[in-house]
Amino acid sequence: MATDQATKTQIEELSPAEAASEIDAGGVALVDTREPHEYEEAHIEGGRLVSPGLLRDEIASVVPDRSQRVVLYCRSGSRSAKAAQEMSELGYENVANVDGGILAWQEQGLPVVTAEGLTPEQRMRYSRHTLIPEVGVDGQIKLLNAKVLLIGAGGLGSPAALYLAAAGIGTLGIVDDDLVDESNLQRQVIHNTERVGTPKTESARLSIEALNPDVKVVEYRTRLDASNIIEIIKDYDVLVDGADNFPTRYLLNDASVRLRKPVVSASILTFDGQISTFVPYEGPCYRCLYPTPPPAELAPSCSENGVLGVMAGIMGLLQANEVTKLVIGIGEPLVGRLLLFEALSTSFTELKVRRDPDCPICGENAPQIPESEMGKFPDYEAFCAG
Amino acid sequence: MPTVKIPPVLRAQTGGEAEVSAEGATVGDVLRSLADRHPDTAAQLFSPEGELNRYVNVYLNDEDVRVLDGLGTAIAEADTVVILPAMAGGAGSDY
Repeated sequence: MATDQATKTQIEELSPAEAASEIDAGGVALVDTREPHEYEEAHIEGGRLVSPGLLRDEIASVVPDRSQRVVLYCRSGSRSAKAAQEMSELGYENVANVDGGILAWQEQGLPVVTAEGLTPEQRMRYSRHTLIPEVGVDGQIKLLNAKVLLIGAGGLGSPAALYLAAAGIGTLGIVDDDLVDESNLQRQVIHNTERVGTPKTESARLSIEALNPDVKVVEYRTRLDASNIIEIIKDYDVLVDGADNFPTRYLLNDASVRLRKPVVSASILTFDGQISTFVPYEGPCYRCLYPTPPPAELAPSCSENGVLGVMAGIMGLLQANEVTKLVIGIGEPLVGRLLLFEALSTSFTELKVRRDPDCPICGENAPQIPESEMGKFPDYEAFCAG
Repeated sequence: MPTVKIPPVLRAQTGGEAEVSAEGATVGDVLRSLADRHPDTAAQLFSPEGELNRYVNVYLNDEDVRVLDGLGTAIAEADTVVILPAMAGGAGSDY
């Protein structure tokens, strides 16, 4: 043990509490130097697994910057001490070890992520997610705990719902008061020929339940309006706007800003699509982008002008991508950016969208809405009729 | 000559063209030369006072002209003007 002791004295040792406060403060690369089965059983949140035998091959891809602060841990602190030694030989300048490892960490009552959150079936089902370091078991558990509301189970809502369900979003709410129509089936892939005439929310629920029993579907067989919107959206983490009309889009925007809910908003027509993510007060809202709805002759619908079927899939899945990132907390969502897609030329165009300081909803001088007025909204039908 | 990208809702007024080249030293000149060539676009782009309609967003490359110098924003040969109306298609229902 004398050699072990000698190794350990050369590197900085952190108590679990010291390590926890450093990790909380951010800027630390946390590396777990155990074997995969140990990691799966329990690990510290944010810890990236680099097994001792693979350290020399893998550490550079996990921690590319050798001046980066790195905190290592293992079960009891000795394998990670050796790993720290190895890393300093590799040129890492700022490496520390958690004294006593995850055992001491847990003894102090500090939290760990356990695979207990996932059943054996879930570990199989979501293995292609959990293999991705940026997702991992932690990210999958976030998806399973997430509540996402889809406004519309139509063109955009269909592909978004299917992929979000497959990804294991725990609760999917679906708002739609329509019935499945034959003319929907060219693009609304969550429905099928047998279900023509059944409510879209029910048809969507049947497809989702067949795909993934982990998902709880909540059906709202109604239209969003001023009287029900707060009650419907208040418990959801992310809202997905695929509404086919402007009054609903403005109502959803105004309500989501009041409740500070992020909205992933897209629309499609013929060969064109638009998508942006509105996170209240972090970026612009829908009204910062479109303060005034267009007159009716400039606002045709898909039922008047048509839409290429794949546009629903392309834009709906870009929405699902935004939702997934928002839930897991990775990547750069389309906040302050409007992405346009044009199918004939297969081209994307990105435009900047800025917060409007004079925005009547999220601007500096926007009125504060008291709790008692939370469910009161202006007449959007009249507003949109000009 | 700068390029103007025409949104689907205005293509009926441009004979189906999705992109047109239009002359001008400012964004306003370019849009007015578009309107001269395709007069049906004028009422949709401009108010009777000659201002840009509030429901039409106009971008010079990737920036909203309202945060630049509006219709007076200078424009170069290689620039692209994007005319962007709000769209609401999504659920694709008939209600």
